[in-house]
Amino acid sequence: MLSLIARRLLAAIPSVLGIVVVTFVLTRALPGDPAAYYAGPAATAEAVEQIRVKLGLDQPLWRQFLDYAGDLARGDLGLSVSTGQPVSEELLRRLPASLEITLLGLLLAGAIALPLGILAATRPNSWIDHACRLVTTLGVSLPIFFTGLLLAYVFYYLLGWAPPPVGRLDSLYSPPPHWTGFYLIDSLIARDGRVFLSAAGQMVLPVITLALFVLAPIARMTRASMLGVLSSDFVRTARASGLTPATVLYRYAFRNAMLPVLTTLGMVFSFLLGSNVVIEKVFAWPGVGSYAVDALIQSDYAPVQGFVLVMALLFVAINLLIDVLYTVIDPRVSIES
Amino acid sequence: MSAPLIADADHPVPLLDVQSLGVEFQTRSGTVRAIQDVSLSVRRGETVGVVGESGSGKSVLFYSVLGILDAAGRVTGGRAVFGGLDLTAASPSELAELRGREAAMIFQNPRAALNPIRKVGRQIEDVLARHTSTPSAQLRARAIEALAAVRIPDPERRYHAYPFELSGGLCQRVMIALSLACSPSLLIADEPTTGLDVTTQAAVMDLIRELATRRRMATVLITHDLGLAADYCDRIVVMHAGHVVETAPTAQLFAKPRHPYTARLVATTPHGAQSLSALAAIPGNLPDLRRADLPNCRFSERCDRKEAACVSEPLTTTEFEAGHRVACRRPL
Amino acid sequence: MDNRVATLDATSDASRPSALAAALRHARYVLGENPVTAAAFALFGAFLIAAVAGPWLAPFDPLATDAARALQPPSSTHWFGTDQLGRDIFSRVLVATSLDFGMAFAAVALSFGLGCGLGALAGYYGGWTDRLVSRLSDTIMAFPLFVLAMAIVAALGNSVANIIYATAIINLPFYIRVARAEVNVRRNAGYVEAARLAGNGELRVLACHIFPNILPPVMVQISLNMGWAILNAAGLSFIGLGVRPPQPEWGIMVAEGGSYMISGEWWVSFFPGAVLMLAVFCFNLLGDGLRDLIDPRRRT
Repeated sequence: MLSLIARRLLAAIPSVLGIVVVTFVLTRALPGDPAAYYAGPAATAEAVEQIRVKLGLDQPLWRQFLDYAGDLARGDLGLSVSTGQPVSEELLRRLPASLEITLLGLLLAGAIALPLGILAATRPNSWIDHACRLVTTLGVSLPIFFTGLLLAYVFYYLLGWAPPPVGRLDSLYSPPPHWTGFYLIDSLIARDGRVFLSAAGQMVLPVITLALFVLAPIARMTRASMLGVLSSDFVRTARASGLTPATVLYRYAFRNAMLPVLTTLGMVFSFLLGSNVVIEKVFAWPGVGSYAVDALIQSDYAPVQGFVLVMALLFVAINLLIDVLYTVIDPRVSIES
Repeated sequence: MSAPLIADADHPVPLLDVQSLGVEFQTRSGTVRAIQDVSLSVRRGETVGVVGESGSGKSVLFYSVLGILDAAGRVTGGRAVFGGLDLTAASPSELAELRGREAAMIFQNPRAALNPIRKVGRQIEDVLARHTSTPSAQLRARAIEALAAVRIPDPERRYHAYPFELSGGLCQRVMIALSLACSPSLLIADEPTTGLDVTTQAAVMDLIRELATRRRMATVLITHDLGLAADYCDRIVVMHAGHVVETAPTAQLFAKPRHPYTARLVATTPHGAQSLSALAAIPGNLPDLRRADLPNCRFSERCDRKEAACVSEPLTTTEFEAGHRVACRRPL
Repeated sequence: MDNRVATLDATSDASRPSALAAALRHARYVLGENPVTAAAFALFGAFLIAAVAGPWLAPFDPLATDAARALQPPSSTHWFGTDQLGRDIFSRVLVATSLDFGMAFAAVALSFGLGCGLGALAGYYGGWTDRLVSRLSDTIMAFPLFVLAMAIVAALGNSVANIIYATAIINLPFYIRVARAEVNVRRNAGYVEAARLAGNGELRVLACHIFPNILPPVMVQISLNMGWAILNAAGLSFIGLGVRPPQPEWGIMVAEGGSYMISGEWWVSFFPGAVLMLAVFCFNLLGDGLRDLIDPRRRT
């Protein structure tokens, strides 16, 4: 098992290399002359040249790439021009805010989509099956920024149930002492119920919006996969052996049906990490996505590159985790590889 | 060990008694009348072969008896009494209690018939835990015993195997171990040798026969291979398009087939030869069971002895000698 | 069902008029069976009309501002209301259709051409061509796709053309995958061998004999992809990339109206957002319908 995981890790190396190369190329493909840009509009030709040397832009391309890779290895993602802060620190500080809603969104989506897909598959052509089909087709058609705004309008403006859709915490409260960066966890550690409730309240709408978006692919895959498994020979055997419907459904059908669902989870995460950017803009959420968007609008490129790199590495790590999980669940994988 | 046929032949009540059973499937393209007015019985300890082409309804018949039909299928009439209980009137949970404990079933393609991501030993434990009061500490020992009983070499190691790690023959042995774990009185073997190579086929069939004899267990062998049925069965029931066309003791069926369909089957099956795919040699196809104008005798369209009454009049069953029944207006 | 599939194959293998007629009959049959797909086709037609004739159909100038009429709710004059600058939202939504559809069509056309070409070469030649193309595809897939699109627009520059390129690039792997798999299966089919023996060059065999046959599965991919391409392009302009105000475009219109949503002027964002959603929904229904049309067995 351990050697298997090690092999998966090795297999992820080309992806990481590819990511580093692509982000490097994207940095060098920046519009205009980076040196002139960093020097500012009023700089003289000598000043620009000085900056060029300082940034290493006078070096041959391979040299620049090695420098870039070396910086990355040290965790140096450069400085943000607009704030003057190191990009890596800022990203690290904001990452928990993004992860908190992403993970909760995924959790909520799974909690709704899995039962929905299973119910739809066990009762073909019932109302719940039709509901599932409608939800899956509608769900993938939702522009996530639009759903977010719509939810804010209904639940904040019309009904007044949700707090103002701005930020992670009501302005009355100050953030809980930093442990994990997840406000829900930190406020629990600090035993501060009011901050916990406020943080949870702020999270409700963005989390629901994210969940609505990724619900569709999970439900669709669960339904299709369950339908396939329920008509398989081994489920017939389980029923013919008199196992209770609950045992047949969960221990036999569900566990097998989860394998393809687990595979699509990679795609789901790709959607989730992308939607984060949009959601954070809608709800003024101080995560990595809004950091990147703000920087992008101000043509401040280092934060954007850093953000892309971190998201891509996170995505590789998630895919790795999914692979390992798959290996643990499905004994057939370990033999094939 | 006594010969069960003789011992139980005149037992007053058969173990399984199916009377006038009908089954229909609702499909998008119409109602399929898959089984109509089927009667057969299985006595304790005997081996009955149910023979027919694919699509003749032989599997559906026993799926409906055990209550594992697809949602689209339903029993439209008749009874199936098993050990005093009418299965067609039993509740789903009563049926589930009975499946695997009193009546078990094994299938073709044994590797696909086992859960691919669960150790085979655990799958046997699931059945034991469901139907017996074995303490959980002893489940594993009982599962290994069950594996040993079907003569799987090195059962302690095989307990931990996944189906994909075993050969087709071993998987079918596991299936047999699983179905016999609770010592049922009836085993329904649905094409148990399909998908296995020839030498393994014989080994599996011999194993089923031996276990059935030792445990005085009734066996139903569902097959399209009349030769196979001839080798292992005491009696044979021939099905065609959802009807039972002929029932007879094996020797008699081969010596003197009465139904034109059976006669053709027998003529194309040299006794004992199993390599011949016998049923392909009958001209014509099974009729479309969705048709509204199905003839009363569903074989009439393939039959050269057909007369007008075969189509228009209800099908009647005649008993010739004891235990030899034929559903034909003009038997041979 | 099987002979219907065979009919379709025959159409693409050698487009005989009788086979074409059979395919059309089949299409009519499927549409008759699936009123939802038929409705999606009708909706798609309406969108196409709006995209082509939008500027002529619009009751108002989409760019004309009128401070006196700012933020008016929907009325009989302004069906979708007016925005913060007093522009008629209905006209803007209508005129935006051509830009949104244009961006998505262009992006899908690009990824179709490039992706199918690369995928077909990889599937046909195998070896290092295959490895190179697969590596390219894997590298793209190693990024969360929307994030990669963002990065590409950031690097290439903030313009509509670059939104199209970015959307095309992130969709490449899907076309590469389909084309590669389909060509790989057919590489040594009988009719391909026959074409080779008849003296056709390798590239000619690929282009004239294999490629037409992989079109049906690729068509399905296209229609499923269109909705996602529109969403992606609109999402990029929502976060402020590509399209510049005052150009009407659905994503940027939703963004402009975002702050009014929580002060009650819902219509500024609602109508462009709803129309965008409808367009994506329409494409997804079409994709599902097309899949049934081409391969009835693959229904899920």
